[in-house]
Amino acid sequence: MINSSLTNCYALPAISRRFVPVWRRNFLVWRKLAVASVLGNLVDPMIMLFGLGYGLGGVMSGGGTSYFSFLAAGFVASATMYAASFEAMFSAFSRMHGQKTWDAILNAPMDLDDVVTGELVWAASKGLLSGVAILMVAVVFGYAPLSGAIAAVPAAMLIGLTFAALALTMNALAQGYDFFSYYMTLVLTPMMMLSGVFFPVGQLPAAVQTAAAVFPLYHGVALVRPIVGGTLPPEWLVHAGVLIAYAAAGFYVALVLTRRRLLS
Amino acid sequence: MSAALEVRELAKSYGGEPVVRGVGFTVEAGECFGLLGPNGAGKTTTLRLCLGLTAPDAGGIRLLGHDVPTQARDARRRVGVVPQLDSLDPDFTVAENLLVYGRYFGLGDAAIAARIPALLGFAGLSGRSDARIHTLSGGMKRRLTLARALINDPDLLVLDEPTTGLDPQARHLIWERLRQLMQEGKTLLLTTHFMEEAERLCTRLLIMDAGRVITLGSPRELIAAHIEPEVVEVHGPRCDAWAGQRAQGLASRVESVGETVFCYTQRADPLLESIAAHPRLTYLHRRANLEDVFLKLTGRDLRD
Repeated sequence: MINSSLTNCYALPAISRRFVPVWRRNFLVWRKLAVASVLGNLVDPMIMLFGLGYGLGGVMSGGGTSYFSFLAAGFVASATMYAASFEAMFSAFSRMHGQKTWDAILNAPMDLDDVVTGELVWAASKGLLSGVAILMVAVVFGYAPLSGAIAAVPAAMLIGLTFAALALTMNALAQGYDFFSYYMTLVLTPMMMLSGVFFPVGQLPAAVQTAAAVFPLYHGVALVRPIVGGTLPPEWLVHAGVLIAYAAAGFYVALVLTRRRLLS
Repeated sequence: MSAALEVRELAKSYGGEPVVRGVGFTVEAGECFGLLGPNGAGKTTTLRLCLGLTAPDAGGIRLLGHDVPTQARDARRRVGVVPQLDSLDPDFTVAENLLVYGRYFGLGDAAIAARIPALLGFAGLSGRSDARIHTLSGGMKRRLTLARALINDPDLLVLDEPTTGLDPQARHLIWERLRQLMQEGKTLLLTTHFMEEAERLCTRLLIMDAGRVITLGSPRELIAAHIEPEVVEVHGPRCDAWAGQRAQGLASRVESVGETVFCYTQRADPLLESIAAHPRLTYLHRRANLEDVFLKLTGRDLRD
């Protein structure tokens, strides 16, 4: 096999099943801390959901129940986004930079593409886990049908892949952990506010609505919310297409930047 | 015996700054080959190039019959690496570190589990398989890293400064294990700062500086070729004056470094007699070693 990523950092991603042991390595670490981690995945969004759902929902016309459902579906998208981003930045960076885990892997018959692919799928899995935790809460409390929650799983995985890929580009550029705070504060937080997580995007001024349609999270929310409710949105192909495009472009850019960083 | 590693006219620059400049050498199967040089000489970059972790600007590498970097991954199936910096997984136990690492070689969990007891025995870590990494001493961690590098039963072991930072006991144990591996027929390629280590372990070695090969040979050949057999190190008040007046005629080479005068000679007796006439001078008379060769060829200037 010719290893072209070494001589040409713009080579297309070489995806192989070799990413699996990288994923399994991260999974094993997670499993050791699973109880605390799952508890956090469940309790965190529940506090947000119940606080905002009942409090804010109560003062809104239409009552708490429907707003709770609305918010829960939005949180599936935003929690997936945050968990995947966090894993692909802070955690991946410590494996790449601090612990030298990536260096050790690269001494084995593994390519950098395998490592980055493994991190991508792993971070997406972590995101999915957060999304599924919220879906479970919504189902248990009767704010989403089980069938809708199950149908939303592939969409949540796609959101996870998208934000994992984007965060891996940040990882490739970072000189330290501080760098990620800028991305969280300047990119992710505004995106969450404008993508229809807390209120329908239709409430925003027309110009802002147009701008919001650029955000991947907007498409994530627009895809997930109807599916959780039990209907496939008519424009689902557009929303999924935009997410796939962000994921593919993000992954490619992340790979190019990471190759330049580590293989030069 | 065929060559385990062939390197031809290797060149690599970083940001226009040449780091490796026309390095060439061959490591025969079954030998322990040392790469020596001061900090910044290009040793680690040369290793990275040989492993196919970065592409050379020019030159050719053949590692265990595979072209590098094009077939580097295939070559690395038969290679074990002990990196300079600790890269053990702090979240895992000793045994989990080996299990997870073996998977990167495509080994099945059962095959890895079957190898772990012997590897832990070799590393002197039997009974420690469930220990957390942070409970291990520096020497234990290095031995575990060595065991990890052997998970795929490699033909060639690459070690980047394997004993840096270890105390003498831990260092001797690593040396012992490396000799054992040579007995088993494995090929070793190592970098080191310790001349004693190179002299004890290496069948042949290469001294490099500023990205170039300065000399290559067995430790004994290099000492014979580059340096007088005996050394007298002299300290004491006005040893400089003694060196200027007396030592110059009695030694083939005299080097004054700070408070010490190094006299290199074929025969030390006349020097020792002269020192005896200056009771305030103290001295150390010893055989020339690889460190003398190293310092002669690369200079005594500090490298950072």
